[in-house]
Amino acid sequence: MLKFLFKGLIRDKSRSLLPILVVALGVMMTVLLQSILGGFLGESIETTANFTTGHLKVMTRAYSDNSSQIPNDLAMVGVDTLKKSLQKQFPGITWAERIQFGGLIDAPDSNGHTRSQGNVLGMGISLLKSDEEINRIDLRPRLVSGKFPSKPGEILLSDDLFHKMNLKLGDKVTLLSSGMYGDMAMYNFYVSGTLRFGINVLDRGMMIADIADVRQALNMENAAGEILGFFTGERYDNKLAKSAAKTFNARFAGNKDKFAPVMLPLAEMNDMGFMVAYSESIQTFIVMIFIIAMALVLWNAGLIGGLRRYGEFGLRLAIGENKHEIYKTLIAESFLVGAVGSVIGVIVGLLLSWYFQVVGINFGDSLKDSTFLMPSIMRAHINLTTFYIGFVPGIFSTVIGSMLAGIGIYKRQTANLFKELEG
Amino acid sequence: MKSIKISMMFLLVSTILCAQNYPSGKTILDKVDNNMSAKTRVLTASMEVGTERTKRTMVSKTYGEGDHKGYTEYLAPAREKGTKMLKLENQLWIYSPATDRTIQISGHMLRQSVMGSDMSYEDMMNDKPLLEQYKALVTGSEMIDGRKCWVVTLTAIIADVNYFTRKMWVDTERYVPLKEELFAKSGKLLKRITFTNVQKVEGRWYPMSFLYKDMLKEGPGTKMTIQEIKLDTPIPESYFNLGKLK
Repeated sequence: MLKFLFKGLIRDKSRSLLPILVVALGVMMTVLLQSILGGFLGESIETTANFTTGHLKVMTRAYSDNSSQIPNDLAMVGVDTLKKSLQKQFPGITWAERIQFGGLIDAPDSNGHTRSQGNVLGMGISLLKSDEEINRIDLRPRLVSGKFPSKPGEILLSDDLFHKMNLKLGDKVTLLSSGMYGDMAMYNFYVSGTLRFGINVLDRGMMIADIADVRQALNMENAAGEILGFFTGERYDNKLAKSAAKTFNARFAGNKDKFAPVMLPLAEMNDMGFMVAYSESIQTFIVMIFIIAMALVLWNAGLIGGLRRYGEFGLRLAIGENKHEIYKTLIAESFLVGAVGSVIGVIVGLLLSWYFQVVGINFGDSLKDSTFLMPSIMRAHINLTTFYIGFVPGIFSTVIGSMLAGIGIYKRQTANLFKELEG
Repeated sequence: MKSIKISMMFLLVSTILCAQNYPSGKTILDKVDNNMSAKTRVLTASMEVGTERTKRTMVSKTYGEGDHKGYTEYLAPAREKGTKMLKLENQLWIYSPATDRTIQISGHMLRQSVMGSDMSYEDMMNDKPLLEQYKALVTGSEMIDGRKCWVVTLTAIIADVNYFTRKMWVDTERYVPLKEELFAKSGKLLKRITFTNVQKVEGRWYPMSFLYKDMLKEGPGTKMTIQEIKLDTPIPESYFNLGKLK
């Protein structure tokens, strides 16, 4: 039966070409949009995760309540033990200690007195032990001059601040900040390289140092403001993150100490909840839009086809074919059209998605004055869903369109058929 | 109705009469100034800073001349020992022996806390006479620790002030402030200072201990205790020189 219908479709191109093209176009758009939007949203989420929140973040309760102030006086102590326990409890997650801090960077003149100053937003990460954090934050393409710190005491500064302060690579600068116990912290560093992020707030005064140096500078021995957790080799999974946080927090539920650790999933930090929810629902949203839009187009195509095949249906009814049978064959035909159109649409959509995944779209100029973290090059992201998502609107819309257009078959009166055919 | 009018009249007259018994705000501040201001002062003090986690005690020696010159050297604990601060007019420098650097503190950094205490550099720097910055009005009298005090409300008359309003409780006999509250323009209480252990030092009444509490911070506040004080003693000019910091 299907073979017969398929042959009919191939031979009568006017019956199949336009619907197949419409379906292929719609499916291609669905695939492309899913991969691009999913990729963009996913990359924005991952950038925030890598830079600030992690997929999961462990802090003290008190630090978490005031996290916008970066309150290092409320930081965690005994971090090595806590990290070991996290690694044991969640072996699939990579944990990284971070210290964020604010302060003033001061460059001396030849007498050791203040020559130039600048405010910095600092971050202590593991720079010397391994390249893991450098790769995670994607610092390599952001290095404008110099090199990454190779020995204790070296730092990276934002290129704008570096020039504003008239510094040279290798220059000594002094950080003035507050220690963990409220004490005044002054510590000398040497600038080994400069960075450009393309994000105004970071380019104004970012400083990155090895976490061991920051601990030394801020009197934070075996302490850290935050321990960030990252799903190994995977993108953020909200269900997994929520479940891990629930399990971890249950361990400390009975502990009323404000310095007890608390774990938060990314969706509960930095107003990321909306972004995560949007990213989760975007696929359904795209599919729904395309099902409705394409069903409307294909309904009309079906109506036009129905008019063209008015005589054919009349003849088939006149020679005794059941109305249900005709309706069924019409739907089966549309299923075939949908399937063929979907395959073509998915292939073209995947090829385009692959291009945007490899090359990406550069938004660098538009994000020059951005005040929030966004990757400058947005890329599409092909995942398992990209391969099958197009079939949903492709087949559904064709079938729905035909079902709507084919209703006319039931309105035909057998008594009038011969009169109609004579005409 | 008539009785209400009489009562209101009585209340008004008695308020005016009472107000007339209060000295003027300027008189009180002048007397506080006369009592407490010395040409020079050298004092050793301990500063106990309470944070959420711990309590730190620092000992420092300060040399001051008038309101515009000040030099402080931290003597303890080990982490702060050798840290020096120099204030000349409206400029402030800090020297840290660990970095062997002298850094000038300016701009928003002046709003940061001094050595983690509840006091900011701005608090430390503010040396203009109060009457040049505020109009003072005595608004009542209250008892503080069994001492009768004038309640003086100071309202800013210039824009460049750290606190728009201040409320000061001044001992009516010794002309020493026993309590002070510092408010933002919105009326929010920002800091509270309680002065205790008032002693006579070289003919002047002086609070030897005070508790400085930043009301926006958690914790018990910063307790300053003067261990030794000398007034109007000669201080070599070299103390108020950048070279003294290193």
